Amino acid sequence: MATTHDHGDHTHDPIEHGEHLPDPEIALLDDAIRELLYDKGIITAEEVQRCIESMEARDGGVNGKRIIARAWTDPQFRQLLLSDAPAALAQLGFALDGPEFIVVENTPKIHNVIVCTLCSCYPRALLGLPPSWYKSKEYRARIVREPRNVLREFGTEISLDVEIRVHDSLADLRFMVLPTRPPGTDGWSEEQLADIVTRDAMIGVRYPQA
Amino acid sequence: MKFRFQPGQQVRVDNREESGHVRTPDYVKGRRGLVLEVRGIHPDPTDLARGGLGLPYRCLYRVLFEGTEVWPGDKGDPLRLVVDIYENWLTSAETVE
Repeated sequence: MATTHDHGDHTHDPIEHGEHLPDPEIALLDDAIRELLYDKGIITAEEVQRCIESMEARDGGVNGKRIIARAWTDPQFRQLLLSDAPAALAQLGFALDGPEFIVVENTPKIHNVIVCTLCSCYPRALLGLPPSWYKSKEYRARIVREPRNVLREFGTEISLDVEIRVHDSLADLRFMVLPTRPPGTDGWSEEQLADIVTRDAMIGVRYPQA
Repeated sequence: MKFRFQPGQQVRVDNREESGHVRTPDYVKGRRGLVLEVRGIHPDPTDLARGGLGLPYRCLYRVLFEGTEVWPGDKGDPLRLVVDIYENWLTSAETVE
């Protein structure tokens, strides 16, 4: 089954088919409101730019990678991350404001996956902007209904003796998955481990590969 | 503010239509689940969305549902769903029905 696939001139993840460009009317409205806020002195263009830059700096889950690698190498940190994520993140210098943050751990018996069925809530504070498939109606509808099939399309086979646990983050909580450390990584440094952690692994749709 | 439910308690999600910025998805309405975790007190999302202060504040729970409860007729591949639900959508399902 294809996972990320190639159309000759571009590649994309499964489920991205059928995504639409932003509605031009909405884009226009967005511009108009932003201009108004600038004119009235409520926000400045520099502030917006800073927000965009800080969001883009988290793209690909650079912060999340560090957190997962630390959890794989430091059992005490892992325990704290699972019981009180903000306290653990503070140790790494992340002070999160906004929604509460919860880390859920994959085990031999439970595979966790994250969705927001009502919109596109996502742990942006750590992982940046969500991938477009995460926001697609198809992913949001199917991952709660037939998660095994959806994960198979991502190339992730979950055996039938493992529970799939879907976390629908649609209120005041945000989730991130702590994937299982892959075999063959004994003795690896934290930096090496961080390199193999992917955004998709922290959403729960793929495994990290050694 | 007092939490009506505790972890391990059986609850049922109201099956009602409500306008506003409702955060209870249709697929769990009317379904029975287990309180997994009590997650504090949060502003009411509909009041917030209308520009209010988020009053009244709501107790929030993480509720665990069996896949076969949410999707009756499924063959029972091991699936569970955890959904964040505000207290004003929950009633106790502890009593014998």
